Amino acid sequence: MGKELFYYFVYPGFLFIAITGGILSWYDRKITAWLQFRKGPPFLQPFYDFLKLLLVKETILPAKGSKMTFLLAPVLSVTGAMLAGILIMVPATGIDTGFTGDIIVIFYLLTIPSLTYIIGALASGNPLAAVGASREMKLIISYELTFLLAVAAVIMKAGLSISMLDIIALQQDGAFIGSISGILLFVVIILTMQAKLGMVPFDMAEAETEITHGSFIEYSGSAYALIKLTKYIMLFILPVFLCILLLGGFRLDGIHILWSVLKVLGIVLLLTIIRNTNPRVKIAQAMRFFFIWMNLIAIIAIVLILFGF
Amino acid sequence: MSKIIPIGPYHPLQEEPELFKLYCEGEIVKDIKWETGYNHRGIEKLSESKTFDQVFFLVERVCGICSTSHPFAFANCMEEIGEVEIPDRAKYIRSIIGELERIHSHMLWFGLAGHFIGYNTVFMWVWKYREPVLDLFEMITGNRNSYAMFKIGGVRRDIENNKIGKIKETLDLIRKKTDMLIGAVMDDPVIHARTKGVGILTKDDIINYGAVGPTARASDVAIDVRHDNPYAAYPLVNWKIITAKEGDVFAKVEVRLLEILESVSIIDQCLEGLKKEKEGEIETKVKAIPEGIGTGRAEAPRGEVFHFVKTNGSNYPERHKIRAPSYVNIATFKKSCIGQTISDATISLAAVDPCYCCTERLASVYDKDTGTKVFGGEELIKNSQQKTREIQKTILRNEH
Repeated sequence: MGKELFYYFVYPGFLFIAITGGILSWYDRKITAWLQFRKGPPFLQPFYDFLKLLLVKETILPAKGSKMTFLLAPVLSVTGAMLAGILIMVPATGIDTGFTGDIIVIFYLLTIPSLTYIIGALASGNPLAAVGASREMKLIISYELTFLLAVAAVIMKAGLSISMLDIIALQQDGAFIGSISGILLFVVIILTMQAKLGMVPFDMAEAETEITHGSFIEYSGSAYALIKLTKYIMLFILPVFLCILLLGGFRLDGIHILWSVLKVLGIVLLLTIIRNTNPRVKIAQAMRFFFIWMNLIAIIAIVLILFGF
Repeated sequence: MSKIIPIGPYHPLQEEPELFKLYCEGEIVKDIKWETGYNHRGIEKLSESKTFDQVFFLVERVCGICSTSHPFAFANCMEEIGEVEIPDRAKYIRSIIGELERIHSHMLWFGLAGHFIGYNTVFMWVWKYREPVLDLFEMITGNRNSYAMFKIGGVRRDIENNKIGKIKETLDLIRKKTDMLIGAVMDDPVIHARTKGVGILTKDDIINYGAVGPTARASDVAIDVRHDNPYAAYPLVNWKIITAKEGDVFAKVEVRLLEILESVSIIDQCLEGLKKEKEGEIETKVKAIPEGIGTGRAEAPRGEVFHFVKTNGSNYPERHKIRAPSYVNIATFKKSCIGQTISDATISLAAVDPCYCCTERLASVYDKDTGTKVFGGEELIKNSQQKTREIQKTILRNEH
């Protein structure tokens, strides 16, 4: 029992994921700063941000709107992201949970943060948040199908196995990315992750210069700290999920730790570069992009897998 | 039912206080109303209590970014009244300052436009390359902004010939970097997707709304005070008016970027002209300004700046009227924003490079039939004092 609790709450669970997420957030901001000729924040800045919001800043509640739902949404978003994170990290570090359908559960849990953003935004009663929520909704509709197709393609590649451990085990001889379909899926999943993380070019739900942080406009203090925590967690677990799906796993023992760190840093670097070399697109353009182009590439990848490429 | 999406009074899109109310149905903007008046400073009235030499420093502060175009227009105006002819060297220096200002103002706008569409890398890069221009200003005038260079009859400081080399070096850098930016932006498909066909103003719209500056030139209306009513050294150098046909946001980007290159070329020619003139001959002594009225125009980075001054033989203006370019340009929002999505409307708002503090005006309402004043400055002050007292009362009540 003690061992399970340790798995879930310390390593590789809650604490490990949250701290690594914070470090990755610093890495993302530092790379951004370098790309923009700035100095960038100190190493502990994400943690200062989080703790200050959590402990020091005042939490202001909207006068109109449902306060309970408004406050519950960030809690649910952290819970959802954390559950997904634990389900991803536990098999990644080689611990056998005996749970064979975990990839499906992870797929569902990964949508919870976006859904709770919508709920929280609509509960705040702010018109700008309502615009943000409607954009987030449209964005989810557009990228979820693509993400589902990509995950389905990986499952097909793994011989219809829906267990993370099987997928990792199958890639010990060679990662899935070493094939044409694998490269196509990598592109699709990277862009879907960009949308899931709400990074430019798909940050229209918070679009600072249009709707002033849209969905999150009414959040402050500890409620906003939880949203920030969710973002840190997502910034870590999505790259790890991609590592497991296509790049041959995320092992943290012996020499593998170096490769795992490089994989995650590389993926986040790619995300950061995409977000710094593109303007924000409009929601209609994002929908067209995912519905037509990304779905097309995912389906091509599936067809290629059927023919064995 | 339409809901109101407010842009302002505090909003990351605009640095200045103003309020745009977008009446939206879903994401589509159905109507737009705007309120200014957060920033009125009564400069025209204040100007009447200053001597002509002091007015230069006052009008310089009408706008922080185009801070030389107002003194420029005021100098043109006073020299028209006094029939003063200024030396060629002063003309060249005035044009150099004016064009350097255009370069830094267009770069500032371009960076901000990048920021508005979420492209912060462009914002940081462009502002980095804008910095040498400000350094140049510091070298020439002693100030990075609000240069205090103009006076009636000439300029206050000379650009010594030994500084020309350094200025040319910086200009080469700017030209190189602008070429790089043009290459990077003009071919970026995502920027095309965001700016092409957005906030279109046709030629007729421009003429009907009386828009000026790059906003007009991007819709193929070739108006430019430097060309239509030549002043300073502009008739002495070769340059052309940059226009674009489409009238959308992309055309405005294009016009401004190409104008940077044109300005660099103008400054280059002015520097050549400066070498021919004798150092130190930078002003004509003006003893007094006679009674009369005059108008002065200058092409600010945002469009035409217009000054009207009535003098009465003393050394104070009797009436000073200023019209800044944003005053006419922001009226085009009615045309460019309605029917667009919120994303497009916000970049259309920013595309005319609006400057609200230049534009603030106080209006008095007169009865049409009787000619009596219904509502004017005094009533507004009374209203404001009344409101302050009420707010004080509420605060006191809440504290107890």
